Amino acid sequence: MATVPGTTRIDGPDKVQAWPADQIWHPPSSTQKWVDFFFRRLCIGFAALTVFLIILLVVEIGAKAVPAFREHGISFLYGRTWDPNREIYGILPEIWGTLYTSLLALLFGSLFGVAAAVFLSEGYMSEGIFKILKMFGVQFHPFWGKLPERLELLLKNLIELLAAVPSVVYGLWGLFVVIPLIRPAANWIHSQFGSFPLFSTDLSGPGILPAVFVLSIMILPTITAISRDALISVPPKLRMAAYGLGATRWETILGVLLPTASRGIFGGVVLAFGRALGETMALAMLVGNANRLTLSLFSPANTLAALLANSFPEAGAREIPVLMYAALVLLAITLVVNMFGALVLERAASKAEAK
Amino acid sequence: MNDENRPLRERIESEEAAFLHRSEDEAARDPFGGVDFAALEHSIYRPRTAFSGLLSVVVTLMTLGALVPLFAVLIMLIWRGGRKLSTALFTELPPAPLEQGGGFGNAILGTLIMVGLATLITVPIGVLTGVFLAQAPGGNKLASAVRFSAKVLTGFPSILAGVFAYGAIVLATGGYSAIAGGIALSILMLPTIILTSESAIAMVPAKMKEASIGLGATGTQTAWMVLLPTAMPGILTGVMLAVARAAGETAPLLFTALFSNYWLSSGGRLNLMQPTASLAVLIYNFSGMPFKNQVELAWAAALVLVVLVLITNLIGQSFSRQQVQQ
Repeated sequence: MATVPGTTRIDGPDKVQAWPADQIWHPPSSTQKWVDFFFRRLCIGFAALTVFLIILLVVEIGAKAVPAFREHGISFLYGRTWDPNREIYGILPEIWGTLYTSLLALLFGSLFGVAAAVFLSEGYMSEGIFKILKMFGVQFHPFWGKLPERLELLLKNLIELLAAVPSVVYGLWGLFVVIPLIRPAANWIHSQFGSFPLFSTDLSGPGILPAVFVLSIMILPTITAISRDALISVPPKLRMAAYGLGATRWETILGVLLPTASRGIFGGVVLAFGRALGETMALAMLVGNANRLTLSLFSPANTLAALLANSFPEAGAREIPVLMYAALVLLAITLVVNMFGALVLERAASKAEAK
Repeated sequence: MNDENRPLRERIESEEAAFLHRSEDEAARDPFGGVDFAALEHSIYRPRTAFSGLLSVVVTLMTLGALVPLFAVLIMLIWRGGRKLSTALFTELPPAPLEQGGGFGNAILGTLIMVGLATLITVPIGVLTGVFLAQAPGGNKLASAVRFSAKVLTGFPSILAGVFAYGAIVLATGGYSAIAGGIALSILMLPTIILTSESAIAMVPAKMKEASIGLGATGTQTAWMVLLPTAMPGILTGVMLAVARAAGETAPLLFTALFSNYWLSSGGRLNLMQPTASLAVLIYNFSGMPFKNQVELAWAAALVLVVLVLITNLIGQSFSRQQVQQ
């Protein structure tokens, strides 16, 4: 570019036909056309690679699971024993544990996640700070006046940072901080309400409750981010109309904003469910790895991902196909949930555009 | 619906009629006669507003409550990991059970090498796919298939990336290796890089692209000289976010790179085809050990890992701020 001397002016049709060699504009040479041709093919190739990768993932895991499928068949899905020595394998407790922990985490995660999304999208934070600034009369000051906006952004980033902390660190924290902290309370609840199936065992260390606690923290940022986007994209005129009819702020939120954004929020919740199903480390460290089919929140249990993480490194050649089979089950569950979530979000986005 | 509302509507209509058909004297004496101003006043004692205020407080508390774990984790990391911090941690090898001291220099190196490897694999593929997606016309079937696959891959369980790399690489090459770990991580990085690149390139003003094509540039020249340089901050943000995520991943490394107590070399040369230590796997392994020294090392490693991840995240965010300023 630097070799172009001065500026080239085009004064009339006769000058255009001259085309000096150093003209800034000129049609592509044949080499450039060839480069362009190959580069376009390269881009398309790489793009196709992504689709191919998903197919490859399914085929690879599926093919490695075939021997185990032949040997154990469908009974693998409802067997309750996992005993490599006798070669009896069943993953019903793991399937149950995966769904149970994920659904519980989803319950807490979406409750807090949607609350945080409402808090962020309603601008409570900036509103409160603006009021405080007004008390001091500096709400339009060049520095202080920007404070509400900045703190709002900081809060949003802090919630996103929750997702940035690696899951193994949450596992470590859960193991050495959360479990000792909730153990006395859990054991007290067990001694008082032990007949209730949710509290039918005591918490002797790792168990479902600490795992669910950490899991809900990990999926909260996903729910908050997607719900916030959905709430913000609700047309402002709907909010104004509700206020104009005399609705209070929460009548507006519950009656207008949340129903309008419900598709997007639901998509976010489904995606978070997919995350929770596949989350490995925090569960492998906190859920206790016990092959149990239980309702109790304080009992140890196991999940598919935790089973893979714990058994794979020391699995023998006979056990590997069985683990691949378990991986295939996990893959099927998460793919279905994720595709459903992606579709719901796509529909929500196209519907919002249509408005 | 109409039937439900009728009594109320009738009442309102009759009040309205009474209000409109007052005698002129009445209207002159009291222009707002019959309007109950007290009922219109905003009062926090009214059930509707009290409910609204209460929910506002609840939501505020819940949002703050959601942030408690973040600070609890950070404080514990600084408290328990910070005490142990020393230069020996970064240069020494992990200790054997019951041995004192030691560090995790090889794990830091292993994490950097495997994440670097994954970045080298994914950045060209991811960014060029992003170029393709951003340039593809609206109804392109391949583009929507790629976009959908990338979205599905974002939620792909990390342990399954490990299972895949185990089946495809560890079994094929006959051993755990840094290469297998890097490939497992790249599967997790790819969707983030594709989706952020696409949105960064799509945000480049159309007039810049049109000007470039108008000057006779080919699509390739436009991509390299106009689109990519302009979208660079956004693309770098995506790369940094993907790197930060990959650095903290444990599950895909558990049985692809495994772990090692030694430096990543054989006979004085760097060897990527052997079991490799990483910070994340070190934390997992050491947290389950009954030895105090190992548990303390796990906390220190967690602190180092979180600092690395947070710095990478912050760098990524600073890039995205540049993009906004443009």
